[in-house]
Order: sequence, then C-alpha cells, then structure tokens
Amino acid sequence: MKIAIPVDEKDMGTNVCVSFGRTPYFLIYDTESKESVFLDNSAVASSGGAGIKAAQIIVDSNIEALLTPRCGQNAANVLKAANIKMYKTTTLSVKDSIDAFIAETLSLLDDIHEGFHGQVGN
Amino acid sequence: MKIAVLSGKGGTGKTLVSVNLAAVAQKSTYIDCDVEEPNGHLFFKPIDVQEEEVSVKIPQVDNERCNGCRKCVDFCKFNALAYIKDKLIIFEEICHSCGGCIMLCPEKALTEKEKGIGKMQRGISDEVTVYTGILDTGEASGISIIKKLLVNNKSKGDEQTFIDCPPGSACIVMESIKDADYCVLVAEPTLFGVHNLNMVYELVKLFNKPFGVVLNKCVDGENPAEKFCLEKNIKILKRLPFDNELGMLNSNAEIAARKTKKYYAIFSSLLETVKREVQYETTTNS
Ligand code: SF4
Ligand code: SF4
Repeated sequence: MKIAIPVDEKDMGTNVCVSFGRTPYFLIYDTESKESVFLDNSAVASSGGAGIKAAQIIVDSNIEALLTPRCGQNAANVLKAANIKMYKTTTLSVKDSIDAFIAETLSLLDDIHEGFHGQVGN
Repeated sequence: MKIAVLSGKGGTGKTLVSVNLAAVAQKSTYIDCDVEEPNGHLFFKPIDVQEEEVSVKIPQVDNERCNGCRKCVDFCKFNALAYIKDKLIIFEEICHSCGGCIMLCPEKALTEKEKGIGKMQRGISDEVTVYTGILDTGEASGISIIKKLLVNNKSKGDEQTFIDCPPGSACIVMESIKDADYCVLVAEPTLFGVHNLNMVYELVKLFNKPFGVVLNKCVDGENPAEKFCLEKNIKILKRLPFDNELGMLNSNAEIAARKTKKYYAIFSSLLETVKREVQYETTTNS
C-alpha cells in the first residue's frame, strides 16, 4: 500500500512536517516494496487554498493513506472524495510513524471521538 | 469629501473616531467597511433600514461536458478547484470570482452562477446616513460588498463621508481607502500600537494619500506612538484622552459627541482640523 507523509526534508531521517498544506515535501512510501520517493509540494507557495492543492497532489499520486499530524477541512474534503484515509501521527519521527501505521496503532484523523484509538480501517 | 479612518488592528478606536466624526458633521454619510465585524450601526442605531443582498459570480460545472483536462485547476491561483475521481470539485468559499476558469475552459463546461456572500444595509440616524456591509461567516472576501458600499455613495458629491475601514492593511483595506481624500490613522500609545500604526502608515504612503494621526487613549508620560509621529514628521490631528467617561459611553455603544458637550467640542475640533488639512492638500496639490 502506498502512503504519504508531509516531511521537512528529502531524507528518511527527516521529521514529519507539522503542516500538511505547506509542507515542503511529501514522502511517498510503499509498505510492500519498502520503496520511498520524495515529492515536492508545489502548493507551499500558494497564497491560499494550499491544503486543496496539496491534497490534489496526494490524490494524483495514487496514495491510499495519508499520515499527518493535522489537516484542514477543505483538504480533508478532497481526500475523502478520493477515498484516501487520514491517520494522525503522534511522533515527529517518520520511521516511527510508518512503523506505527504498519502495526495499526494510528487512529483516524477525522475521528473526533476519544474511544476509537487503535481502530484502524473498517 | 471622503475621510477614511483606519488602524492597524481592531479595538484601537477606529469606530469611536469615525462615528463621532460623522455625528458632529451633522449631515453626513457613515460607511462601515469593516464587513467581518461591523459595529458602527450599534452606535448609530439607524432606523428605516433597507437591506440588499450582495452576491458574487462563481463557476458551476457541467460534468457531462467536462473532459478532465484540468486547465481550470492549474489556472486557479486560489486553489478553489480540484479534480478528483473524474469529477471537478469547486470550493465555493475559496473562489475569488475572478471568472478566469469560466473563460478558459475549452469545453465550455463551466458557467457562472450567483452566490450570496452577505448584505448591505442603509439606514438613518439623525442626519447621518449609515451604510453597513455584512459578510457572511466563512466567506473568502468582502471586497465585493465594500465595492458596492462605496459605489452606492459616489453620486453624493459634496457631502461628507466617513469610511470606517477594516482593521489591518490587507487588500480589503486598500479597496476601502482607494477613493478617500484623506486618511485618519488611529493609534494607541504602546509599542505594539506603534507596530500597528506603522503598518497603516506604510499603506497610506504607498497610496499617496494625505493623512494624519489621532492618538487615542492618551495618558501622562511616554507615548511611543507620539514619538513615532514626531520622528517621521507625521501630523498629529488630535490627542484623545484616556478617561472613564469616554470609555463608558463607548462600551455602552453611545456616541460620545451626541451625549456630552465636552466630547462634541473635542470631535468638532478634530473635524475642523481634518477639513483644514483636506483643503490644504487640495490647494497644494492642484
Ligand atoms: S477546464 Fe473545463 S474541461 Fe478542463 S477540467 Fe476544467 S471544467 Fe473540465
Ligand atoms: S472564478 Fe477564479 S477564483 Fe473562482 S474558481 Fe475560477 S479561477 Fe478560481
């Protein structure tokens, strides 16, 4: 499965970027082949609607899940329309975030209820 | 004569100054361009209020015609469009109604539709005609409402008009001061106040507008905003005292100049100063 994470630098040792729409890069990681690719986020320079444009980039890369600390409503609407699941990262470490995703310990980002932690997928 | 009143942030006394100026000018027009948080009408309590909806044109898509070329998505610099799963999605609140995407769609799949974004009200308070612009919450830009407020007023020629601008120095403020003959900048006597003053100072300089400063909430002792004005050689129009009576009247949404002789005198003399400045500007610049 291909997942995306907003990251600060083009390096596996980098941190998860706190902003989805204005992250400089996206790490595209394939959980089967363990391949990683870094994408430039062209939305970073947008005066407005950066989240929507960034979401479009994610959609166009055939991603199935996005791991991010937060995400704006508009971007979330785009991602939902494309059936991309959003998971909330809890650490700045990219590696730990990927491991947590594979171990299915990340919660869905749009899940505002406290009781559903650890319930991944449907 | 059009006087714009502005400040770098809200709560500085912009509305206090503009409503009182309009009140002492007697027959005048007050336009509240602070469309996100209009509060001038709370002071004026206008009667005979007439309301008009304000709408903008935004695109709507005919999915039968759209072939997914994405020319519109790439074009929209506000990122109001996305193409997801063979469908164009339009984010109406983000659209700035530039009309570009509609023009360039090669398939003619996009057409205009009207969308309400707020309203404009007009009422009377004594001899003051009060205009209020109200932007619906969540809308991207109140510029079309401001344009409408100001256009409506153009015909009135000589009458004195006071424009209560939105706080800050963004494009919405530029729209509000475009036609003004003179700008009154309101500043607080703190370091933060100087920072805010500097923002609007840069703006009026950019627009080449004649301007002066009203120092609000003045107390004894050091006034950084005053210092700033002296350093930059900016005309100080008036020092408004920090006093309880004015504070009380203002927080009870009363127009001070209509309530007491003292404040009537203060704001009349401010108006006279402003008028003199405007005259001086027109004679020296023509
Ligand atoms: S430009 Fe026209 S045809 Fe192309 S994606 Fe946009 S709406 Fe569809
Ligand atoms: S009208 Fe302009 S701002 Fe609105 S969606 Fe089209 S290109 Fe974007």
